[in-house]
Amino acid sequence: MTTTAVKTTTTKSRVTPAHAFKDMWIITKRNLRRFIRMPQLLLVATVQPVMFLLLFNYVFGGAISLPGVPYIDFLLPGILVQTVMFGATNTATGLTEDLAAGVIDRFRSLPMARGAVLAGRTLADLLRSGAVNTLMIFVGYLIGFRPSGIPQLVLGLILALMFGYSMSWVFAAIGLLARTPEAAQSASFLLVFPFVFASSVFVPVQSMPGWLQVFAENQPVSVLATTVRGLTIGIEAMPSGKTIEGMIALSIAWIIGIFVVASPLSVNLYRRIFS
Amino acid sequence: MTLAVVADNIYKTYKKSDVPALDGVSMSIEQGKVYGLLGPNGAGKTTLIRVLATLLKPDSGTATVEGIDVVADPIGVRTRIGLGGQYAAVDEFLTGRENVVMVGRLYNLPMEEAQSRAAEVLERINLVGAADRPVSTYSGGMRRRLDLAASLVGRPDVLFLDEPTTGIDPRSRVDIWELIRELVSGGTTLLLTTQYLEEADFLADTIGVIDHGRLIAEGTSDSLKETIGGVVVQLGVEDAYCAGAIAAINNLTGSDPLHDEDRGLLVVPAKDGSRSLVEVVRAMDDASIPILEIELHKPTLDDVFLSITGHAAEPDRPTDGKQESEVAR
Repeated sequence: MTTTAVKTTTTKSRVTPAHAFKDMWIITKRNLRRFIRMPQLLLVATVQPVMFLLLFNYVFGGAISLPGVPYIDFLLPGILVQTVMFGATNTATGLTEDLAAGVIDRFRSLPMARGAVLAGRTLADLLRSGAVNTLMIFVGYLIGFRPSGIPQLVLGLILALMFGYSMSWVFAAIGLLARTPEAAQSASFLLVFPFVFASSVFVPVQSMPGWLQVFAENQPVSVLATTVRGLTIGIEAMPSGKTIEGMIALSIAWIIGIFVVASPLSVNLYRRIFS
Repeated sequence: MTLAVVADNIYKTYKKSDVPALDGVSMSIEQGKVYGLLGPNGAGKTTLIRVLATLLKPDSGTATVEGIDVVADPIGVRTRIGLGGQYAAVDEFLTGRENVVMVGRLYNLPMEEAQSRAAEVLERINLVGAADRPVSTYSGGMRRRLDLAASLVGRPDVLFLDEPTTGIDPRSRVDIWELIRELVSGGTTLLLTTQYLEEADFLADTIGVIDHGRLIAEGTSDSLKETIGGVVVQLGVEDAYCAGAIAAINNLTGSDPLHDEDRGLLVVPAKDGSRSLVEVVRAMDDASIPILEIELHKPTLDDVFLSITGHAAEPDRPTDGKQESEVAR
């Protein structure tokens, strides 16, 4: 009796782009289902930003005087960017929850495209942020938000969402490094809070101390908030010397730059998660 | 004879550990056979499964599944394997059926086929009644069965089950053993890891004992039992009756029982399990010998380790076990 291994093959199997797309979409739908079927998740995701919007508008709105611009018009574009930042942290916690549950083990044992789990996760988080931000605009409208025009508002919304999508890949890397949902959440908030609060999201940066202004004016969250504001209010909302076109270009540069760095990093971390 | 799984001199040390999780493991499984990998927590069982299932690259050594190299062509391997195990990796918020269909789709089955195949495996694991309920309503045993269904939906040639019954109650455990035995009866090759000797004994054609990342013994259940002694009846009688009891047992089995004088026990091999116990009781009764104590002693993982390594299994050893549970958390 002879013992032989099955004929050893040397060709490498590949995943076709069509399969990769299908895999990503399956994971997206799975993640959206989780969101839809757990009402507490839906509640937290929508109530929290609505609460921020109402609190800031009614608590701080009176104290912050902006010449010629109602505070709600100033605030809402900032809230859209803040919401996508908070929304993107779900990528980190969601991934670590799957990791803890062993779901990632199973996914990695399946003949899936390499980036499908991360791409599906980030796409689901993008779609959710889109839904939440649409709700924000609606609630904003009820309390007095009036954009300069629908096309400008839609373009601003798209920019905010694309920024959130890029940030999702950053949070994917954070989740893969943190490994546990608790650590991922702490690490995410450490990143989110300085960027959201030391920014032009809620107040003009001119009231901040000089050293902080430098950071607050140039960091990406402010760039995005200022751009969306420029679009929905008009040129008068822009800091002097900035054009709307220039800010859009700068926003797109941040969005692409963050994505180009974070997505290969995350895919690489995902592949080495057990080593 | 064809080998479905071959591991050749596999070494793996985790980044944050200075102790190797796998320290030169070589083993192989014939097509259609069941291999039971037996060892305590942290022995390297999960690490070996992760290497063979392409989740983890070995530091050195080669491994093939169905002739496909796990490092050179992971996707090729993944189309041929199913992975299930201790973490019951199923989605809480999906129904049982949705879980299985999703995994089928990720094996690249077309939608209709994924659905019919899911219905088929749900039927086989006897979960049809609960198939359309969310998994969050399932019991631990049902989750394990669903996990098995998900690992089978892609018609794998080789199935890896990492501690399929760890943490579930003993009654469900036997149900799952029977289910696994039935599921692989059609010729699926199975690599199973376990901490329970009984489990390996019930399911495996070959048992490998792993400790500190090394395979320290390998053989059939019977050959391993010869090493460790198998199931025994332990009988205690008054010293005055001892000689009579030994004679009665010799009469029954054809040989003298071992006399453990420290504990005052006679040890009789129990080839037929509980029936042997009954036979011993009858023999004592016939000889009018009063029994002080009697029990059927099944060898445990500790007995295996004691006889092979001279030390007991240490389930909480904080070496690579920490690494494994860190990922598992």
